[in-house]
Amino acid sequence: MKQESDAEGRRDFLKKASAVAIGGIITMAPIAAGVRVALDPLKRAGGGKQRLKVTNLESLPNDGIPRKFAIIASRSDAWNRYPEAPVGAVYLRRTGEQTVEALNVVCPHAGCFVDFRPEKKGYFCPCHNSVFAMDGKIADPKSPSPRGLDELKVEVNGSEVWVEFQNFRTGSAEKIPVA
Amino acid sequence: MKKILDWIDHRTGARKLAHEALYENVPGGSRWRYVWGSTLSFALVVQFITGIFLWMSYSPSSQTAWESVFYIQNVLSGGWLLRGIHHFMAQMMTVLLVLHLMQVVIDGAYKAPREVNFWFGLILLQLTLALSLTGYLLPWDQKGYWATKVSTNIAGITPFVGPMLQRVIIGGVDYGHSTLTRFFALHAGVLPGSIVALLVGHIYLFRRHGITAKQPLRKRDEPFWPEQVLKDAVACLAVLATVLFLIVLPRLRDHGAAMGAELGAPADPSEAFSAARPEWYFLFLFQFLKYFPGESEIIGAMVIPGIAMGIIFLMPFLGKWKLGHRFNIMFLCVMLFGAGLLTYLAKWQDGHDANYQAAVREADESAERVRHLAMDGVPPTGALTLLKNDPMTQGPKLFAARCASCHRYGGNDAMGGQPKDGQSGADLKGFGSREWLTAFLDAEHISSSNYFGGTKFADGKMAKFVKKDFPKFDAEKKKQLESVIKALSAEAGLDSQAAKDKADAETIKQGRELMAGPDMRCMECHQFHKKDEDATAPDLTGWASREWMAAIITNPAHERFYGKRNDRMPAFGVDGILDARQISLLVDWLRTPEAVRVSSK
Repeated sequence: MKQESDAEGRRDFLKKASAVAIGGIITMAPIAAGVRVALDPLKRAGGGKQRLKVTNLESLPNDGIPRKFAIIASRSDAWNRYPEAPVGAVYLRRTGEQTVEALNVVCPHAGCFVDFRPEKKGYFCPCHNSVFAMDGKIADPKSPSPRGLDELKVEVNGSEVWVEFQNFRTGSAEKIPVA
Repeated sequence: MKKILDWIDHRTGARKLAHEALYENVPGGSRWRYVWGSTLSFALVVQFITGIFLWMSYSPSSQTAWESVFYIQNVLSGGWLLRGIHHFMAQMMTVLLVLHLMQVVIDGAYKAPREVNFWFGLILLQLTLALSLTGYLLPWDQKGYWATKVSTNIAGITPFVGPMLQRVIIGGVDYGHSTLTRFFALHAGVLPGSIVALLVGHIYLFRRHGITAKQPLRKRDEPFWPEQVLKDAVACLAVLATVLFLIVLPRLRDHGAAMGAELGAPADPSEAFSAARPEWYFLFLFQFLKYFPGESEIIGAMVIPGIAMGIIFLMPFLGKWKLGHRFNIMFLCVMLFGAGLLTYLAKWQDGHDANYQAAVREADESAERVRHLAMDGVPPTGALTLLKNDPMTQGPKLFAARCASCHRYGGNDAMGGQPKDGQSGADLKGFGSREWLTAFLDAEHISSSNYFGGTKFADGKMAKFVKKDFPKFDAEKKKQLESVIKALSAEAGLDSQAAKDKADAETIKQGRELMAGPDMRCMECHQFHKKDEDATAPDLTGWASREWMAAIITNPAHERFYGKRNDRMPAFGVDGILDARQISLLVDWLRTPEAVRVSSK
C-alpha cells in the first residue's frame, strides 16, 4: 500500500513538473520571438561619418563670427532611403585665409542644439544653460556639459568647404562617435 | 520565502485565487475533449504577445504599411518568425473555434443554465473573425487590399445604412490612410479589448456552472490541477508546434523559399488583382456569393448567413425539444459540410482557371521583384513607386499592351501569352546583341517571321542583299562580316555585353572601318557616324543604344530611321501613345537580356 502511494506520488510529481515545464515553454516561445525582434536595433550600425561639401569659402566672411549650416546627406531610416535629407547642423567659423573650424551644433550634455550669441561671443545651450567659448571649449565651469562642443574635421578644397560630419555620444566627458 | 508569500497572500488573497483556479472540480476526471477552451485562450495570449511586438514595428499608412511589414519580414532579425507565429496562430484560432463550438454543441454544453455563456462564446467567435478580417488588410499588399475591398463593399449593400456604414468603416469614400488607421485601431484596440471583456465573462460563467461532463463519467472526479492542466498544456504545445511547422513549411518544400507568412506586392489601386481571394476560412462565403446574381447578393452575403447564425444563437432553446439536440448537431454538421464543400469548390475552380493561375504567378513574381528592389531602400513615396519605375516590371506589360500586336518577345507577348494577331514585326528578344544581329544578317533568317518576314522589308534591298550576296562570301569576307556584327552590336552599348565589347576592342575598330568603307556596302543606304543626305535606310550610328531605341519608338518615320518608307509602326511618342517615361522603361527592359532579368528577380 505504501509503495503504491509512493509510485502515485512520483507520477503526480512528474505530471506537475511536465505541466509547469510545457506551460513555461509555450509561454516563453512567443515572448522570445518578440524580444528578439525588439532587440534588433542593438545590431544595427548608426549613420557613421560622412564627408560632405557644406558650403563655399565665400559664404564665410573673415569676421570671426560662426555661421550655422544644415547638413544634408543621404539617410536611411528603417525601410526608407532618402538621397538627401537633413541629418544635423554645424557651426562654421573662418579662422584664416584657407582655414575653417567646424563645431557640431549638438550640446554634448543632453543633445539640445546650441545657439551662437554674438553679444556674448560664445555658444549657449537653451536647455540646461551650458556656455561654450568661440572655439567650443566650456566657458563657464558651472556648465552641466561634460565636455566642450565637438569639433569636426574640415577640409578646404579650393573654395569648397568639406566637413567630416559625425555625431558623438552625449553625457560623457570623452568624445565617443555614435556608431 | 514563506514570510514573503504570506505577506503577499495577506494583501492579495493570492492563495485562495490560485486554489480556486487550480482545484476546480472536473467531474469524471480530466479528458482530452475539454482542452479546446484552453487552447483558444493560449492562442489568444500568443496573439496578444506577438501582436504587441509587431505593433512596435508596424506603421499604418498607405506609404508605410506594406513597407514596415516588408521590413519586419525581411530585414529585422527574426521578424519572419514573429510575423509567422501571429499569422498562422490566427488561422489556428479559427480552426480551434470550430472545434470548440463542435465540442460544446455535441456535449450539450449550450443547454440551461449555460445559455448566456454559449452566446458569449458566439460573440467571441464573431469578434475573432473580425480580427482576422481587419488583420488581413494591415500589410496593405495586393491580396489583402482587394480582398478586403470586397468585404467592405458587401457592408455597403446593407439596407438603408450601407453606404454610410461603408464610409465610416473605411474612413472615407476610398481606401487610404484612414482605412489603415481605422482598421489598425479596430484590430489592435477595439476588438482585442472587447474580446478580453467578453472572455472574462465567458470564463466566469464557465466556472460558475462548471464543466459539462461527458456522460457517462469514466473515472472518479479530479481537480483541474494537475491532470487537466497537463492535458491542456500538451494540446497547446501541439498547437504551437503546428504553427511552427506551417512557418517552416515553405522551406521544407523548396530549399530557397522564404519562411513565414506571405507578403504580396504593395497594394496598387490602378492594377486590378484577379488573384484576390479572402483567407481560406472565408472562401466558402466567397464561393457562396458566386451563386447570387445581381441584386440578390444581399441574400447570399447577409440574409442566409444571418439566418444560419440566428439558428445557432437559438440552439439553447431548440435543444429543449425532444429531438432538438439532435437537430442542433445535425445543423452544425450540415453547415460545416456545406462550408467545406464550398471551400473545396472554390479551390477546385481556381485550380482549373488558367487566368487565375496566371494572375497568381504574376503576383508572386511582382512580390519577389519588389522585395528584391526594396532591399536597397524604399523611396518616401512608398514601395509601389519602385515597381512603377521598374523596367523589368513595366517593360513586359507595356510590350504586351502596345507592341505585341505586331512584335514578339521570345515567341510570345513577353507576359507568356499569345497575342491574337499574327506576328508582323521582328522578335525583339535580345535586340542589339551579337546573336540577334548574326541571325538577322543571315540569308536563311532575314526574311523569316522573327526578323523582316512580316514586314514590307521582307523583299526589300537589305533582304535581297543578304540573301543574294552573303551566301557567296569567302572565308575572308565571312570574317569581315563577323567584325561588322561585333562593331554594330557594340554601338548598342549593352551592359550585358560590356565585357565582350571590351575584349574585342580591336576587332570592333576594324569592323567600324569596314562599315564606313566601300567593301561591305553599308554606306550605300545607311549612315554611320557621318552625315549623308542621300541615306535611305536607318542611321546605324548608335544603333540599338538607349537613345536610338527611344527615338525610333518615338517616331520610326523620322528621316533618321525609315522616313517615308516606314511600314506600319506607329509613332508612339509623337502620337502620344506612350509618354517618354514609358518609352524609356520599355527600352531599358528590352536592353536587358532574359538571363539577367531572371537572376535579378
